Amino acid sequence: MKAVCWQGVGELTVERVPDPGILNGQDAIVKVLATTTCGSDLHLLGGYVSSMRAGDVIGHEFLGEIVETGPDVRRHRPGDRVVVCSIIGCGRCWACRHDLWSLCENSNPTPDLAETVWGGATAGVFGFSHMMGGFHGSHAEFIRVPFADHNAFPVPEGVEDTSALFTSDAAPTGWMGADLGGVKPGDVVAVWGCGAVGQMAARAAMLLGADQVISIDRFPERLAMTARHVGAEVVDYTATDVLAELRERTGGRGPDVCIEAVGMEAHGVGPDHLYEQAKQRPGTGQERPFALQEAILACRPGGSVFILGVFAGAVDRFPLGAMMNKGLTVRGAQQHGHRYIPMLLDRVARGELVTSHLATHIMPLDEAPAGYDMFRDKKDGCVRVVFRPDM
Amino acid sequence: MKRVVIGVVSLAGTGVVVARWLASRHRGPSPVRDPRERHRWMAVTIYCRPDDVAPDGRLPRPLADLDVEVRIEKAPGDRGTELYARPRMPMPMGRAAVLARLRGEHPREQVRTALRQVKSLIETGEVLHPDPDLSRPRPARIGRPMAKVVDMALARSAGEERL
Repeated sequence: MKAVCWQGVGELTVERVPDPGILNGQDAIVKVLATTTCGSDLHLLGGYVSSMRAGDVIGHEFLGEIVETGPDVRRHRPGDRVVVCSIIGCGRCWACRHDLWSLCENSNPTPDLAETVWGGATAGVFGFSHMMGGFHGSHAEFIRVPFADHNAFPVPEGVEDTSALFTSDAAPTGWMGADLGGVKPGDVVAVWGCGAVGQMAARAAMLLGADQVISIDRFPERLAMTARHVGAEVVDYTATDVLAELRERTGGRGPDVCIEAVGMEAHGVGPDHLYEQAKQRPGTGQERPFALQEAILACRPGGSVFILGVFAGAVDRFPLGAMMNKGLTVRGAQQHGHRYIPMLLDRVARGELVTSHLATHIMPLDEAPAGYDMFRDKKDGCVRVVFRPDM
Repeated sequence: MKRVVIGVVSLAGTGVVVARWLASRHRGPSPVRDPRERHRWMAVTIYCRPDDVAPDGRLPRPLADLDVEVRIEKAPGDRGTELYARPRMPMPMGRAAVLARLRGEHPREQVRTALRQVKSLIETGEVLHPDPDLSRPRPARIGRPMAKVVDMALARSAGEERL
């Protein structure tokens, strides 16, 4: 089959690789119908995530049709159209039973690196390095889905592929930021990043009853899209002092909940950006936390900050003093998607959650390297590129 | 020129890693120097009742196939059952220990793997197989220089962090 393979820093190729097969009784094989780029793939492409190997198939946000099931799969059968969570959960360990699916204790067959670096491993993740299990990614014609009963979710009739697709990762990630960030009716919420995850976090905050949602980015197309499709207020951080702007818009308090949806390659302004970039570039594990720093400084005393953007190493100048003295609650996680995906699919089906606008570009799998160039450089208003292997 | 820069950065990175490793040797006990560390219990917490871990006192495989000392305790709260194990056999020392680690044949690593597998078998009924490795050696640049150094160091880590 065809698959998009990581070959090195900034290098992707489309290769012929062996078809996946059933390796465990609870596996299913899914024919990929749609699979999308994600900002966290850019960290792999940039060489900032450890334990990638040349030839690894990338991609983790996808939807498809089940074509084969192992003998122990009970809830699915060939022909089912399913969205698959990017995180792999076993569904039966303590973490999964407590809805902390990205901390699954049985789905990462190569946990040693994460345990050495972080003192504990995450769940397995499709197409996201050998630290996260070394599973093949979804930018391929077919993919093996372990523990299929727990990781694949039927798509309701009438929901388009390009709408359901984003309930695999972007929508549940965004929802988790608002939910576990503690958004309550009447809150003011600020979201750093107007990519797909940031937009979904902003929309989730509104649906959870926030009174005011303010999204922050620098790309005019993304700001306009967030204003139009999400209905959030927007702030261009290159045109204003974000901290002053947020104080002014919140009666001097600062947002109650701040959601960071940017991650380790955040852009700063001026010499700070160049300095942090120079430290990060050799792959030292030093990351650029500009958005996170700003979120912590902006948050009202006693407020909450949720980190959705992916970080893998360490950061300098983390504003620990602000966090401690303002009494903030700071929390983060890879997405616990399974607890939200069925509810999100229902909301998409009812029209409460609109996701299809995120698919700004649709391409065949063969054009993935060019698609990633466009996505990385945000050319042509690109928010997400969706690859359709059947094109 | 680029190769020279990459070489210098890699060398510097290696120096930093070695320096930090040397410094870490004085921070606390290590399995290499302290015999008590070599006999530390390894454990997993399994989300089930103690009776389900060793029904009728029979240890689950693959742990039952190893020469191990085992302890089973109820975990606090709703967390299930703590299963502890450590090898009975004498541990390799010095160079033999290093070689056993490099070959993946160290008795503690075997126990560690068995504990993981027991947990997965009891909780899910299977041990998840990784996808086949499609990677291949490539002469071209693959990762960033320091990331390579980190990967090399991690690949040779003692393999005895949390379970």
